[in-house]
Amino acid sequence: MDQGIIGSIFTVIVFVSFVGVVIWAFSSRNKDRFDEAANLVFDDDEDATNKKDRES
Amino acid sequence: MSETSQVKPDYNYKVVRQFTIMTIVWGIVGMSVGVLIAAQLFAPALNFDIPWLTYSRLRPLHTNAVIFAFGGCALFATSYYIVQRTSQVRLFSDKLAAFTFWGWQAVIVAAAITLPLGLTSSKEYAELEWPIDILIALVWIAYIINFFGTLIIRKTSHIYVANWFLGGFMLTVAVLHIGNSMAIPVSFFKSYSIYAGAVDAMMQWWYGHNAVGFFLTAGFLGMMYYFVPKQAGRPVYSYRLSIIHFWALISLYIWAGPHHLHYTALPDWTQSLGMVMSIILFVPSWGGMINGIMTLSGAWHKLRTDPILRFLIVSLSFYGMSTFEGPMMAIKTVNALSHYTDWTIGHVHSGALGWVAMVSIGSVYHLIPILFGQPKMYSTKLINIHFWLATIGVVLYIVAMWMSGVLQGLMWRAVNADGTLTYSFVESLEASKPFYVVRFIGGVFVVAGMLIMAYNTYKTVFAPKNEPVSGDEALGVAK
Repeated sequence: MDQGIIGSIFTVIVFVSFVGVVIWAFSSRNKDRFDEAANLVFDDDEDATNKKDRES
Repeated sequence: MSETSQVKPDYNYKVVRQFTIMTIVWGIVGMSVGVLIAAQLFAPALNFDIPWLTYSRLRPLHTNAVIFAFGGCALFATSYYIVQRTSQVRLFSDKLAAFTFWGWQAVIVAAAITLPLGLTSSKEYAELEWPIDILIALVWIAYIINFFGTLIIRKTSHIYVANWFLGGFMLTVAVLHIGNSMAIPVSFFKSYSIYAGAVDAMMQWWYGHNAVGFFLTAGFLGMMYYFVPKQAGRPVYSYRLSIIHFWALISLYIWAGPHHLHYTALPDWTQSLGMVMSIILFVPSWGGMINGIMTLSGAWHKLRTDPILRFLIVSLSFYGMSTFEGPMMAIKTVNALSHYTDWTIGHVHSGALGWVAMVSIGSVYHLIPILFGQPKMYSTKLINIHFWLATIGVVLYIVAMWMSGVLQGLMWRAVNADGTLTYSFVESLEASKPFYVVRFIGGVFVVAGMLIMAYNTYKTVFAPKNEPVSGDEALGVAK
């Protein structure tokens, strides 16, 4: 196998993986998980300061 | 979320406080050195004939100070903060955290001593000699253990996207630093790279461009994915897009390095590959920028009243600008005009001052009241003044460098009918002089903003607890 073949195989693998990531990210099965994850930043509102900031 | 514990975790804010304060200190130092060497370019006498103050020695000090001291401290501070807050658990190890803080400060001080002495490995952005390189590697590995250790013991089920970017940045920077810094020491202060010729050049710019891609981009995107939603008070525009943004960005950036070596001894195919990968990189970059800015959709009015949010959003605009400019400059024919000119310097500063510095400054303004137990910064008005100083400064800087750069590129390539060069190098230098003055003024604006930030921080940190700070009233500013 020469460099060109190895490069081609690698390119195809990366492309397929990327398509896999897109399908995984946008599948409706995962929607709830991601919505939950997106709200992680607000889950530990220990300090009132932040809340106040957000309302202003 | 069921996993959320009701008891407030006892976060390690000490290390975050230390790094946050040092972010401001090193920002002022690094940018002031930048202003000094900017002045030397139109007034060379400002090196006072002292070897330690010459442009050649201070320039690496400036780049190391702003990237690794200012940017590095900002990344340490925010990553330690973000990983604790989004994992809802205290840092894996307080001892390792303290080691990373003091170790990193030792690296910075060692750099500030050795670079003016002229001790350098001569690799751009990796100038530090081998003993310091080893210390960097140790600190970095401790950082990685602490960060990923915290993720492992997290109390939440998800690893928030900011942590993906921060983790990717840490792992890649470890590989880049160790790979590029491989050298054979001949004395305590001198070593030679194990790479030679075109391979050395490729290694250097594989490192160099990914220092931009991972240190100055992925790390700060992690910052953006936490602080923009937090400051805007709404979750990121599309979490799904952020996942694609992450995987696309990290898998593409690593290939873009050869665009620093167009028309050199590097094989042609490698140059073309680097060019193509750089152009493709435009897509994830803008995906991320749009994701950040659109987080504000429906809450645009907040930009009017909140200068911290303005810092964060304008940083994303500069990120969008420089990630459009970058792929364009990576095109070989454009690069033939732009390379080795001030255009490159302008591009770097639109990224470094516009994106990296502004997103850090916004994040630090968000952090300081929380870390020091105050309801808000001492003066919002002063944040606003800082915002305008920073914005005007950056715009002056990059516009001056665009004009100077294109002018240089055109003058250098101009030939007479008989094939001789139309202009000598000194003629192009003379043509650039007025732009160097404008650039200097822009730099002064930026440093002035940082000094105001330091004052505002001082007043916030030392304000009496549990009493509303009233900087705006004290300064006689009407609401």
